[in-house]
Amino acid sequence: MYQGILGHGGRRYAWWAAFLIVTSFAVYWTQAASEPPSGGTWQGYGLGGLGVLLILWLSWLGIRKRSYRRASGTLRGWVSAHVYLGLTLPVIATLHCAFQFGLNIHTLAYALMMAVILSGAYGLYVYLRFPNRLVANREDQSRDDLLAELDSLDQTALDAAGQCDDGVYGAVCSALEMSTVGGSFMDQLLARDRSRARLPERGLVDNAQQRAVIDHLVERIPDTSRGGEAENLRALLRVFGRRAELLKRLRRELSLELRLKLWLVFHVPLTFALLAALIAHVVAVFFYW
Amino acid sequence: MADFHIAVLGAGPAGLSAAARAAEYDRENAASQPTHVLLEGTAAHANTIQRYQKGKHVMDEPGYLDLRSPMDFEAGTREVILDDWAQGLKAIGVNMRTGATVNRIEGTRGNFTIHLAGGETVTAEHVILSIGTQGNPRRLGVAGDDSAFVQYQLDDPDEYADEDILVVGAGDAAIENALGLTRQNRVTIVNRKNEFSRAKQGNLDGILAAINDPATPLTCRYQSQVKALQLPTAAGQAGSVILDTPDGEETLPCHRIIARLGSIPPRGFLEDCGIALPNASAEALPELDGQYQCNVAGLHVIGALAGYPLIKQAMNQGQDVVDFIHGKAVKPVEHPLLQVKFGLLPYEADVDEVLALYQQRVPMFARMNALAFRELILESDILYAVDGRAAYTGLEKQARTLRAQRLDDIEHSRRNEDRKRHETGMKPKQWRDIEEPALTGILRAGEAVYRHGEYSTTFYTIVEGEVTLKSPGGPETRLQPGQFFGEMSLLSGRPRLGDAVVAPDTILIATPRRTMLKLMAANGEVATGIETVFLQRTLQQCFAPSLSYTALRDIARRVETRHFNRGEVIYEQGDSGDCLYLIRSGTVALTYRENGRSIAVGHPQSGELFGQLALMGDAVRRETARAAVRVEVIAIKRAEFLELLKRSPDSVPALQADTRDQLLHASRMESVPEASDVISFLLGRGLGEATDALVIDENLCVGCDNCEIACAETHNGISRLNRKAGARFAHINLPIACRHCEQPHCMKECPPNAIHRKPSGEVFIDDSCIGCGNCETNCPYDVIRMEYQAPPKPGLLQWLLTGRGHGPGEDAKAQPSKKAKAAGKKAVKCDACKDRKAGPACVQACPTGAAVRLSPADFADLVEDL
Repeated sequence: MYQGILGHGGRRYAWWAAFLIVTSFAVYWTQAASEPPSGGTWQGYGLGGLGVLLILWLSWLGIRKRSYRRASGTLRGWVSAHVYLGLTLPVIATLHCAFQFGLNIHTLAYALMMAVILSGAYGLYVYLRFPNRLVANREDQSRDDLLAELDSLDQTALDAAGQCDDGVYGAVCSALEMSTVGGSFMDQLLARDRSRARLPERGLVDNAQQRAVIDHLVERIPDTSRGGEAENLRALLRVFGRRAELLKRLRRELSLELRLKLWLVFHVPLTFALLAALIAHVVAVFFYW
Repeated sequence: MADFHIAVLGAGPAGLSAAARAAEYDRENAASQPTHVLLEGTAAHANTIQRYQKGKHVMDEPGYLDLRSPMDFEAGTREVILDDWAQGLKAIGVNMRTGATVNRIEGTRGNFTIHLAGGETVTAEHVILSIGTQGNPRRLGVAGDDSAFVQYQLDDPDEYADEDILVVGAGDAAIENALGLTRQNRVTIVNRKNEFSRAKQGNLDGILAAINDPATPLTCRYQSQVKALQLPTAAGQAGSVILDTPDGEETLPCHRIIARLGSIPPRGFLEDCGIALPNASAEALPELDGQYQCNVAGLHVIGALAGYPLIKQAMNQGQDVVDFIHGKAVKPVEHPLLQVKFGLLPYEADVDEVLALYQQRVPMFARMNALAFRELILESDILYAVDGRAAYTGLEKQARTLRAQRLDDIEHSRRNEDRKRHETGMKPKQWRDIEEPALTGILRAGEAVYRHGEYSTTFYTIVEGEVTLKSPGGPETRLQPGQFFGEMSLLSGRPRLGDAVVAPDTILIATPRRTMLKLMAANGEVATGIETVFLQRTLQQCFAPSLSYTALRDIARRVETRHFNRGEVIYEQGDSGDCLYLIRSGTVALTYRENGRSIAVGHPQSGELFGQLALMGDAVRRETARAAVRVEVIAIKRAEFLELLKRSPDSVPALQADTRDQLLHASRMESVPEASDVISFLLGRGLGEATDALVIDENLCVGCDNCEIACAETHNGISRLNRKAGARFAHINLPIACRHCEQPHCMKECPPNAIHRKPSGEVFIDDSCIGCGNCETNCPYDVIRMEYQAPPKPGLLQWLLTGRGHGPGEDAKAQPSKKAKAAGKKAVKCDACKDRKAGPACVQACPTGAAVRLSPADFADLVEDL
């Protein structure tokens, strides 16, 4: 019923890509020994022209993706072709330049192209792997449900802490207030936990995974003297255990979602840089060579 | 001598128009005293429209009908319309009495006595009843419930701030008021029961969340009732309420009470006045003659209470009924509409004669009231099938002439009206575009009026000629004048089974679903007639395709139709079974319980059988059957089942094959409990009644929201789906988007009839939406939104190059234009991209193939890979 990017249309575009690669090699090998392979032979121009057309067509996906009124083909088909045909470019471009590299605009264009393809390959990996991880991380709970559960846990914690002494109450309130999700870019990307808490006698401490407040509660439980206090502390322990888990999931979800989008920040600008370098390369070849 | 010649009861549109016409007669006759009176129970005219929210746009549907009334009316805001009428009342000199609640009417033509609340009586020779169907709000029933302390409606919750307010009631109106008031006030909601069972899901979730959220200033008293009131001593002061609660009496101080307890239908009042009603339903309407007169001579009923809820119709009746009373034989305003509707038929008869002939010819309609039949024809199409190219093109030519003539007539009458208005110094009328006249529909003989698999619900009655029903694999059934067809899809919501082909010279009445349902609700005889034939044909389809459906009449009378609400148990695992079920509409969830775990083993849909093993060898039910949505089933007992098989032995192998398939499916589900869990989840979310639902595979979804963006871009800037808010289970995400239900809930009660279904199944809302919000309320899946038209956005290139404006997708912060605001909010929902060749944009624009649209029949494929 569902068909992914790679499996689209019975892997039609994988066959296209294979055909392109085989043809490129065939063309490459037809270059005579008298005139060693280079971008300057007719074969070199042919492969180069094919490469340019492919790059322009691959870049066109940005427009096609936003052409919502187009009546033909699915976007999935385009993406599938984009992936398979994009992966043929390293072969075509390398054969085009016949392994000649140097410190010049031409190799810059080549390097940018490889960077675009590598970022795209990472993007493909992310698209194929992360959705499953998001599903597993979500445990059948939508984000709204998760936030609602967190809210209710916070309320339960406040109610229970209200019945305990000031030390516990302060610790719990500070832990609730200073639990963080997100934060700086790196914090979000790496799902870092910068939560803190203010504990009696110890002051401001790191409360990653709610560990500090949980440890504090665990230490306090055997020490209780007032009736009902142990019960409240046990309740708090349960709440913080669950909170730690939910916050962890939330951070992981944000991190995964960020990484699902982040690669495009490289892929798209690099594409523009590639297009610029490509124009320079073509102009240089035709006018100054 | 009576006080008045004519007394009009109720100053709604119908009553206003009638009273204004009566006032015109007074003026013409230069009466020294008014011979008419308009009695209104509330403080002002048009109470229902007064209660609309401020600035609401009021429509003047149906567009094909002209207005015939001394009072002006055209589409506009509530304020303009109310003001026009207030001025009209004054200018024409209507004798209106407000605050005059009528308790009872006594007497007959020439001698009516009208008893008012407070003991006063008014006498009149003729009475026109135009009180609508809304009835009066149900009161609290304690002393002081008519004081200003208690109000029975709430126009604007933000009108009050920092008050303690008590809301009484547990329906949608009470919940919406209570939630609205919590923005600025402290609210207590009083519920007579221990749950909010009547509320729709969205309101139920909202009120429960508010009750449980300590930050929302709302509390609830369950199982409580208002016992007494202590009125405030001065305006602006707080009074208090004494509640009867499960814990005893409780006194709550509050500034005001909003009681939303529903309304009392006017049935009781009508019966008190001696008006006969055709059935026991609380919503029953009186039967009337051609002059809107009920069984009491001289007592005329018009407007919504006569079955005409639209303003323009009601106003036209107001004028006509006064003309009738004054002895003028006027033709109703719709007369020319019927003339063109019958225009191409091979008759030399007048409209009234054709109507009489048709009514006589169809036994089911023969005993209908003439007015109701006329209305039925007005809302139906007349189809005429001719043989041969020459005849067809001849009719086409005739149709063009007829159409031109009709348009000429309309323009001519508009010019006359303009001239008259100019001469009398009235302001010129803003004419709307002339609607296309509804002519006789022409068909070619041999053509199908519908085809197998089409979603259409029109009901057809044959008045001349012959129609052949051809079902796939079944017999051909020939139908004669007086017989009808198309009832299967009408009643079950399923697509058509088989083709219906017309013979030469056949004339059909094609009645839309809504009109037919209205008729069936009002007329028990028609309902039973259609129901019996429906059962016969369903049994024929399922068990005896080789027999004629008429041969199954006796069995059809012995089977029983049962209804089950969502979640109700039809039978329980371990019960002994004595019947099988054939599903008329809806989906049934079959679950098998083992070791405390419940496994979904099947989900038969409309047209399918379940429970048949009880009659085929295993008398004990091996699974539990529960209604996944509201379900109607036909229960067939052993004796009838055996008789069906005996009469049609060749259907046994097919039946056995179906049963084998069901058993195989069940055994597969039992072996893969994960698959069964996914199906249970889908059924639990109401997908059992879906025909085309968007289901996202989260293992493929990268969260790019291109589906939503594509939806907004192809639907005037407003997305009709919400991916993020979708319910999730395993790897399935069920976004909030229309599922195009088998029997669309939204299509119920759409005043302008703006919601339609294409033959290919897509349910959509057309431009005639008036923004009433009924569909939004009726949709159990919250997929309909009320929105202003979105402002235009820059093109893609402009946005890409300049970065100005909002990019593709819905702009949540967009402000509606003045024009959009004036037009008001309209209902928007997914139309499954009915007009896009490439199919739904959400699916087409998904870059990873995660978005797919499916129906319950695809569930098996969906869980295949688990």
